[in-house]
Amino acid sequence: MSKSPPSAVVRSRLTPYLFILPAFLVYAAFSLYPLIRAAQFSLYDWAGFGPSTFVGLANYADLAGDEAFRAALGNALVLIAFYALLPLVIGLVLAAIFRRGQVRGMGFFRSVIFLPQVIALVVVAVAWRNIYAPNGPLNELLRAVGLDGLARGWLGDPGAALPAVGFIGTWLEMGLVMLLLLAGMSRIPDDLFEAARLDGAGPVREFFAITLPSVRGEIVVALVLTIIAALKTFDLIYMTTSGGPGNATTVPSYEVYDRAFQLREVGSASAVAIVLTVLVFAINVLVTRIGERSR
Amino acid sequence: MRISAAERTMNYVVLVLFALFALVPILTILATALSPQIGEAPGLHLGNFVEAWQVGGFGRSLGNSLIVAALVVTSAVVLSVLSGYAFGTMRFRGATVLFYVFLLGLMIPTEATVIPLFFDLRTLGLTDTYAAIALPQIAQSVAFGTFWLRAQFRTLPTSLLEAAALDGAGPMRTLRSVVVPASVPALTTLVVLAFMWTWNEFLIALVMAPGGSLRTAPLGLSNFQGQYTAELALLSAGAVIVALPMVIMFLFLQRHFIRGMLEGAVK
Repeated sequence: MSKSPPSAVVRSRLTPYLFILPAFLVYAAFSLYPLIRAAQFSLYDWAGFGPSTFVGLANYADLAGDEAFRAALGNALVLIAFYALLPLVIGLVLAAIFRRGQVRGMGFFRSVIFLPQVIALVVVAVAWRNIYAPNGPLNELLRAVGLDGLARGWLGDPGAALPAVGFIGTWLEMGLVMLLLLAGMSRIPDDLFEAARLDGAGPVREFFAITLPSVRGEIVVALVLTIIAALKTFDLIYMTTSGGPGNATTVPSYEVYDRAFQLREVGSASAVAIVLTVLVFAINVLVTRIGERSR
Repeated sequence: MRISAAERTMNYVVLVLFALFALVPILTILATALSPQIGEAPGLHLGNFVEAWQVGGFGRSLGNSLIVAALVVTSAVVLSVLSGYAFGTMRFRGATVLFYVFLLGLMIPTEATVIPLFFDLRTLGLTDTYAAIALPQIAQSVAFGTFWLRAQFRTLPTSLLEAAALDGAGPMRTLRSVVVPASVPALTTLVVLAFMWTWNEFLIALVMAPGGSLRTAPLGLSNFQGQYTAELALLSAGAVIVALPMVIMFLFLQRHFIRGMLEGAVK
């Protein structure tokens, strides 16, 4: 490290640390330390009050055979398809349209499609419960077009509930993905498109030859954000289905809450929380690695 | 770039379809909020908002949300300005490692920290206080704010700080009269995002205030839903009341929402 002072206006070597200290203290006390405590809790059997018993890794071992936990992981995978893959496809189409065509009212379309992102998930849940209700607009529409057989209480039907919740995720995330990809596409120089067109490339070939390869980095970011959103979709599950019917829509984040605050299995809840944290970290690292290699 | 008329038409069809897909649930809830309650005459029922406001206690819960948001946003922004200033403009030993420690905070899920926070703060008798709801959210926003402002402050030319030093300004005066005024757009974006995250936060508010006296707006709505599942008009009116402040803010400050979410995500 050089002998120069920290900056032009700072002479003491201690000063930078003093500026960081308050932020660090709050962050360490209310985010880092609780994470370490959660790891510690996960090694005990505890009901939230009274004595606790050290059980080592038994809580983790129990999870392997735990049906609710396995259902939560499986459901999370299905939700990832709805929260991440579907919005990616939609986002690619929409962003490519914005990039290629001179769209009038682009700002309007962009804002409208992004709007779901800013609405509290409890409100989103109320809106969609209404849409999915046995006598709600969705079933009325199906009956109006003669598809009475398809009408059902969407959130109460064991086979339909998970896709129904997942579809809300598609609705939520498509705008964010679209904007991320649009930001990437706007950096592609116009000459590249002109050259492709002189070579006789149509919109589809142009998309696969130029547009798609140049937004790999943004695709990676979009996938990280939406996959993590799928894994952490607590509010929506709590407000729409509470994980039911049965375990049909439970997810790891809901299991954490349910085990800790309703079933009073704090150790097991903490083990699920730690597994969830590791998953989130791993997805970040993995997807970022892939993104760096493709750049 | 020129495209054919047929392609242009297709483009608008696709865009209009997805705009409708985004809007229909929002319009549905608005329409339901204005619809008659069970047994009432048809027509527009603006009175639903008044009734929902009173029955659901939204005055109280919106007030709580405002207090929590004010606490979180001011503390998080002040702390992040200080730490972002050090990371963005100063050289010191361990800067990179310390910065990565802050970055870690962007990945820690609330689900993991909320269990020990509840039980440890309960032991200290601090659950059901504004501090218990605000502090965990300040910690999360500080992780993002440090990261966000470091990037912004780094783009300031070093000559700016050198000029301040020539004028005899110390670190605090330089921060107040040079660095902060030059970073107002970035600070606005941080305020807007921190406000949105705090306003919409559910899990922390649910767990940290089990007594119910400090319910924030999303919690108020969740509780309301439990009592009025059948009265959709009233429930929807409550939902509109909770969502409206954010939607209005978005319409006025879209650029800040979008810029922050995009740039924050890409880095």
